[in-house]
Amino acid sequence: MDSLLAQLRYRVGALIRRPRIDLPLTGALLLLAVVGLVTQYSASDLDRDQAIAQGIRLLLGGVLMTLISRVPPTSLRNWTPWFFTASVGLLVLVALLGEGRGAHRWLDLRVIRFQPSELLKLTMPMMVAWYLNQRPLPPSWSTLGVVSVLIAIPAALIAKQPDLGTALLIVASGLFAVFLSGLAWWRIGVIIGSAAAAAPVAWHFLHEYQRNRVRMLLDPEADPLGLGWHIIQSKIAVGSGGLWGKGWHNGTQSRLEFLPEHTTDFIFSVFAEEWGLIGVSLLLLLYVFIIGRSLWIAANARDTYSRLLAGSISMAFFVYVVVNGGMITGILPVVGVPLPLISYGGTSAVSLLAGFGVLMSIHAQRRRVAA
Amino acid sequence: MKPRPIKDTRQEAAMFMRRALVGFLVIVVALAILAVRFWYLQVVHHDEFQARSDANRILTRPLAPARGLIYDRNGELLAENIAAFRLEVVPEQVRDMNALLDDLRDTIGISDDDIERFRDLVRSKPSYQSVPLRLKLTEEDIALFAVNRWRFTGVDVVPYLTRYYPKGKEFGHLVGYVGRIDAADVERLDASRYAGTTHAGKTGIERAYEDILHGEPGYELVEVNADRRPLRVLERVAPTPGQNVYLTIDSRIQEAGEEAFADRPGASVAIDPRNGDVLAMISVPSFDPNLFVNGISQTDYKALLEDPDKPLLDRALRGSYVPGSTVKPFLAAAGLELGLRRPSDTILSTGEFHITGQKRGYRDVRAGGHGRVDLVQSLAQSVNTYYYALALDMGIDQLTESMAKFGFGRTTGIDLVGESAGVLPSRDWKRGRFNTAWYPGETVIAGIGQGFWVVTPLQLAHGVAMLAAGGVSRKPHLLYATQQGIGDAPVPSPAPPAGKSFFANLSNWDAVRQGMIAVVNGPTGTARTMGNGFPYVIAGKSGTAERYSRTNETWQSISQVAIERHQVLFEAFTPAEDPRIAVIVALEAGRGGGHDAAPVARKMLDAWLLGEPKAPAASADAAAPEP
Repeated sequence: MDSLLAQLRYRVGALIRRPRIDLPLTGALLLLAVVGLVTQYSASDLDRDQAIAQGIRLLLGGVLMTLISRVPPTSLRNWTPWFFTASVGLLVLVALLGEGRGAHRWLDLRVIRFQPSELLKLTMPMMVAWYLNQRPLPPSWSTLGVVSVLIAIPAALIAKQPDLGTALLIVASGLFAVFLSGLAWWRIGVIIGSAAAAAPVAWHFLHEYQRNRVRMLLDPEADPLGLGWHIIQSKIAVGSGGLWGKGWHNGTQSRLEFLPEHTTDFIFSVFAEEWGLIGVSLLLLLYVFIIGRSLWIAANARDTYSRLLAGSISMAFFVYVVVNGGMITGILPVVGVPLPLISYGGTSAVSLLAGFGVLMSIHAQRRRVAA
Repeated sequence: MKPRPIKDTRQEAAMFMRRALVGFLVIVVALAILAVRFWYLQVVHHDEFQARSDANRILTRPLAPARGLIYDRNGELLAENIAAFRLEVVPEQVRDMNALLDDLRDTIGISDDDIERFRDLVRSKPSYQSVPLRLKLTEEDIALFAVNRWRFTGVDVVPYLTRYYPKGKEFGHLVGYVGRIDAADVERLDASRYAGTTHAGKTGIERAYEDILHGEPGYELVEVNADRRPLRVLERVAPTPGQNVYLTIDSRIQEAGEEAFADRPGASVAIDPRNGDVLAMISVPSFDPNLFVNGISQTDYKALLEDPDKPLLDRALRGSYVPGSTVKPFLAAAGLELGLRRPSDTILSTGEFHITGQKRGYRDVRAGGHGRVDLVQSLAQSVNTYYYALALDMGIDQLTESMAKFGFGRTTGIDLVGESAGVLPSRDWKRGRFNTAWYPGETVIAGIGQGFWVVTPLQLAHGVAMLAAGGVSRKPHLLYATQQGIGDAPVPSPAPPAGKSFFANLSNWDAVRQGMIAVVNGPTGTARTMGNGFPYVIAGKSGTAERYSRTNETWQSISQVAIERHQVLFEAFTPAEDPRIAVIVALEAGRGGGHDAAPVARKMLDAWLLGEPKAPAASADAAAPEP
């Protein structure tokens, strides 16, 4: 008993003396979570149950983050191929027997239901980083070829579900690792050029509803009560917020239910309506700080695997913010991407915080420069 | 080309640093662009969006349609919408709600139930919305309130439409009632059609024809201010009222039957054998459906639930009765059709019947027996021995098969929800229920409608109507016609298709009919006073089933009270030569079918005569069919 207490005391002491978690990053995430809950409470029209439910999910994510931060990056690296194979295997399973409204995304494990595509948000950059770590860098065409296959298979499975938003996020997280590994600029140019050329072909393969979302972006007023409704109402919400905002729980757009999905994908509009440009700027600064701090952790990582992994997780986080922000202000198509840690929903919050757990673990094993 | 076999980690780290910097720069630029976009929307175009947000106040408000009315076949009103007045309160205009409620309670009287419901509603609605406090104000209430109105700011008397059943408990079961939409209804009903509707049919016709009665909702586009307070109506699409429904019921027959029951528990169903029109459907005791419309009070509901006579049970549709001797005409018909008997074949009744080789005796009603009887006499005197022997000759399998053709053991398919199927005994049924084999003794008592046999009054009435129609089955139904609006011509509902006749040989039908005529008109008939003075010949059959087993303690205690001893039934149709009405009456306690149930049936037939175009002054003897 005594020895157990002593051990506990030692551990707690160690945690305080040399924390594994990065305090500035944790603080910023905490602040973000609080902003999220406050906005959530307002957007749900003071539905306490919903705020509590979201709080519990965030707490769960926090616990998961702490747990993952205890796993050394070398272990993560060694297990990476297995993680990746397992998550792709689950995707195949979902394709065969998944369930979901119109789209097959969910896997029902009786106890919990989750979307295996969420796992890929972590295992994809892990796998690409793992592979690149073994290859001479900057990557050659042949390395690039293998990486493209690694990215394409799960991306295709997810796009088929169909969940274009997640597929794009996963492709992006893989490509970020490649970019950070130092892929030559001219090769990047070639890739972007050929992608642009292939765009018309891709258009052909999109679902009709996905095409409509792109069309809507070009002319939302064409269908003001149908699909364009989201964008128009969201822009009205944002624009009417003005410089200072209408004040907390004073956003008429969401309270009068003109704004659809106002606790999930369009919660940023509620925030912008109630807190104005000042609030939006502060929130964006908070995101910039989180991304910057994450990249800083990446840059100080001990090996190439950790560096690439941390870097691509940080940059993928940015994609969430910019795609969601672009969507609600009408400069990007309506893609179901949540605003990180603010939108209502458990899976994205938990998977995001798990990603930060990996960052914390990498941070704990950082290079000790002149230490 | 220079090979690079070894990874240069230091160089990789440096490269990462450069790329991370570029990446961060791109991120900052992208988020800056996003910020600029926000600035563009929130500052540059703020006024425009503010204006649009202000104008963004058009809400769609559903308008509930008026519910269709329900009439009987002669246009007698059975369910209507009446204007009533209720007290409504606008919470935001009230300074001290508790004081106001106390004050109102003292002035016009408000129950605790009302206050509780009111407080629940207040919590769930915005404070500028008027909330009903008390429904169904009486004229006195309104007058009292009018005098004291100056004291109650924010309180008003508001007219509304409520469902009203003018006939009250007489049609409690049949017409049913509407009630506030609850969770179970929400699952059943189409949400888009019920957006503004508060009430839906719960039981009876109100439930079965909900779809027709409800109508199509309309909507209003209302301009609201930022607090959702309505400012003006911009556009209005009127709702389409529900269709009016005419029932096949003749409320004169219903009323006469109801009265003749004199509150004795039981049920009655009358059917027009020519088309399956249900002319009356009575279940006694009943309840006042008006109690349920705006939420029944706890006391009233408890009283109904705890009443030993179960007034909420629709006996006509779901009651279980041992048919007893009322099945004899059906068995007689089956015996003739199967070729087991000719009408002239006789059986000797000695007072007790034995299965060959068995000790147990099966008794006749008359001690010492009825002597030698043919088919007509067997029905007229209700001779058990005739039917014990017939059932035994038939065997349970043929018995079950023929009785199923008369609709026993399954629902009739009437247009009401919740019909019971009764029980038609068979080998399969017994095996499924008790997992035991069938015994010959059970066949014997099935021959007189006892044992496991259970019928619903509706089922028996359908069987009698089928017999009356020469063995042709028509599904009983209650929908007579529908009508779009008060001024429009009613559209008659199509007659149900006729089934194949039970009788291959119509002379068999005639033989059974002669037997049933003798029940009412013969010198030895069990209901021989029943047809006195009736212009048409009535054919009938009584049934008297023991309520309790003779070994049962309850039987021991009440065996002295003859009137309590039996469950009694009577079935009849008339005119015997061209049947236009078939009726059955079941009473849960009585001396005998002919004694207690037949007079009720007669009262209903008398009421039916009122609707007959020409009532010939023929006497029973004159109208007796020619040989």
